[in-house]
Amino acid sequence: MSLDAKLENRQFLINKVLLDPRRDEDAGVRKSLSYISGERVHKALIYVGMATCGKVAGAKKTFLAIQNYLQDHDIDVTLVEGGCVGFCREEPLVDVQLPGKARISFGNVTSDKVQPLLDDILNNNLPEQKPLGQYQNPILQQWDGVPFMEEHVFFAGQQRLLMDNCGIIDPVSIESYIAKGGYWSFTDTISTKTPAQVCDIIDKSGLAGRGGGGYSAGKKWNAALSTVSDNKYLVCNAVESDPGSYMNRAIIESNPHRLIEAVLIAAYAIGAGKAYIFIREEFSLAISRLEKAISQAREMGIIGHHIFESGVNINVAVKKGARAFVCGEETALINSLEGKRAMPSSKPPYPAEKGLWDHPTIVNNVETLFNVPLILKNGSEWFHDTGTKRSKGTKIFTLSGKLKNYGTVEVPMGMTFRDILNDIGGGMAGEKDFKAIVLGINSGSYITEETLDIKVDFDELKSIGGALGSGAFVVLDSGVCMVDMAKYFTAFFKNESCGKCIPCREGTARMLEVMENVTRRPSDNQSFQTLERFKGVMQLKNLAGVISETSLCSLGKSSPYAILNTLKHFKKEFDAHIFERKCAANICTDLRIYHIDVDACTGCTACFKKCPVDAIIGSPRYPHFIVQDKCIGCGTCFDVCKFNAVLIK
Amino acid sequence: MTVELEHIFKVYPNSKREDLIPMLQAIQDEQGYLTEDVIHEVGKYLGISVNKIYGVATFYDNFRFGPVGRYHFRLCHGTACHVAGASTLQKELQKLLKINAGETDKNGLFSLEVVSCIGACGLAPLIEVNEEYYTNITLESLKALVDKIREKENDVL
Repeated sequence: MSLDAKLENRQFLINKVLLDPRRDEDAGVRKSLSYISGERVHKALIYVGMATCGKVAGAKKTFLAIQNYLQDHDIDVTLVEGGCVGFCREEPLVDVQLPGKARISFGNVTSDKVQPLLDDILNNNLPEQKPLGQYQNPILQQWDGVPFMEEHVFFAGQQRLLMDNCGIIDPVSIESYIAKGGYWSFTDTISTKTPAQVCDIIDKSGLAGRGGGGYSAGKKWNAALSTVSDNKYLVCNAVESDPGSYMNRAIIESNPHRLIEAVLIAAYAIGAGKAYIFIREEFSLAISRLEKAISQAREMGIIGHHIFESGVNINVAVKKGARAFVCGEETALINSLEGKRAMPSSKPPYPAEKGLWDHPTIVNNVETLFNVPLILKNGSEWFHDTGTKRSKGTKIFTLSGKLKNYGTVEVPMGMTFRDILNDIGGGMAGEKDFKAIVLGINSGSYITEETLDIKVDFDELKSIGGALGSGAFVVLDSGVCMVDMAKYFTAFFKNESCGKCIPCREGTARMLEVMENVTRRPSDNQSFQTLERFKGVMQLKNLAGVISETSLCSLGKSSPYAILNTLKHFKKEFDAHIFERKCAANICTDLRIYHIDVDACTGCTACFKKCPVDAIIGSPRYPHFIVQDKCIGCGTCFDVCKFNAVLIK
Repeated sequence: MTVELEHIFKVYPNSKREDLIPMLQAIQDEQGYLTEDVIHEVGKYLGISVNKIYGVATFYDNFRFGPVGRYHFRLCHGTACHVAGASTLQKELQKLLKINAGETDKNGLFSLEVVSCIGACGLAPLIEVNEEYYTNITLESLKALVDKIREKENDVL
């Protein structure tokens, strides 16, 4: 698009759309918007899902292959580096939209599949490769015999309020975002509502923090609004360091303008002139897209001084956060922003009263903020339509682990975990049985077969001693050892503990020690080791209680949950490790007992030579034996045996 | 030895405490790691004592104080990767590269970093080598990958 046409477009969007409350009434405006948003196209459009998850799956190669194809055949097509629709299993995803025809989506388009696909589709024929589906649109001609995307099992159960535009629009085109209804809430808000009204609407909507805490966003905002100060700050927490979750990154990469709009509204509501988006520095694509989006918004006068002559000044800056899990805690995050170690401070005073540089500061999670423009557009009552009595709206999860359809999904609050797993997730992948769902490290909660019918709801999860967490949803099958999981979580907390308060710093190390003792084979038969092991285990619950009660921040408080929940739901496995010294899943390598199959052993002496403790005896060309009393279970013999003669009991 | 940092200092004209982390990030992006000289220079510029800067820099996982190898391996050890066997892969990789996690080998060829989550959990276990991703890796494919790199490097020599 030429520069003049671009400027004209932007002027149109500002005058006829953003600043005109009757924008919806004019059919001409609506038609123009459908072209700007890409809903209708003048020339063919190819859209490649190029969020980080897509890139990992090879979308870059696909993109280059498409680019080369278009150049070779000299075809004029708009090629867009897009966001992520959430269906990671089908990455790389390629969408094609021909003029007048519905948009059609193809999954698993690796670079070698590009040519046959484009040969057909650009000539208006359905290719051999089965499409994922097509997007329903009454104004466009549908493809015959192609199912709708909404009907696909992965999408049918979802309710995509926050992810509506993810993977649909060009993430770094402010024009298409505005044409899709973006920034309307913001301009309407600053021209028609006072900050107090905005806080009130959010409070009434019942929007709760999605970072894990579940605290009411409206109450927080009201506290900051009512604190008198010459300077206030809004901080968006985009650290997302809980392993197993990447939905915040995905929605930022796919729709950065929604976050900026939300940040602007929130800053206006609390009276902040400066907003920071604190994002993990590793999210390079999300950062570059956010920065691009911010500069676009600044060019159009949506960010900056005296926004649309309303007298409102808001500046938004991206801050790249250095890597530390504890940065997700709001007071730690504020310390990190100030250039210090990310160590939490004690609350109160809450950041809403005394935060960044001692000024009132609101820290909100990305997903929480994503709800804000929608609530202001549709009203707080609208938000009550979705969700349960106490938990409103939707929740985004990152599905991963041993299920069929993995990816990022948005479900209404109140859906059962069973439905998410079996309907959207497509059930278990592989032969093994379902064992548990882990809802992120920071919640340490397990959903087991007995609790699968629990609903996604803050209160219901609390009733089973869990928490909703940040949105990780890792499915485990019977091949996973829960004691090993608990050890992994504890090791994670031990490494990530910031070291400020003693319960967390020392407690997590002690817990890990106990867990290691449980999964370690005694190197000799001295009885004190066994005694130590039992002593540790007996005190584990007590220790966990002290840590969760006395730690300073929520990170420390939640560190023992994984162990407590393992003891609660998987006591049998724990006992098998402690008493029988057996790991049923065969994951804890130290507890393995090796023996040699006499029939298969050729007497090659490879294991005999390599055994570090001389626990193997035998003569060349005759079967060997392992002396169990000497064996330390290192597994060397298993690794070196070329005849599969070493077996694990 | 003085280090050329003027162009980075220019970006932060107010020299405030809050600029410390962004400055260290910018320096590391450019030079690969932080040296003692750099820390001294930054300290002088910001008026912060050197031990305070070390305090901050060693707190965060991303700051390095030594060079990485020509092939920098980042092994993901998030929950999904752990379930998919990242621990075994780590042991194997340490054996193959002959270094431990967090180390760089003597030739400066390999370095290994274990990270908490790369965020592509569906494709677990995965590994990133110089910003190229290898997904659903197995012990065999890992060995093939390392062998391929070694072969390539031997050809160059």
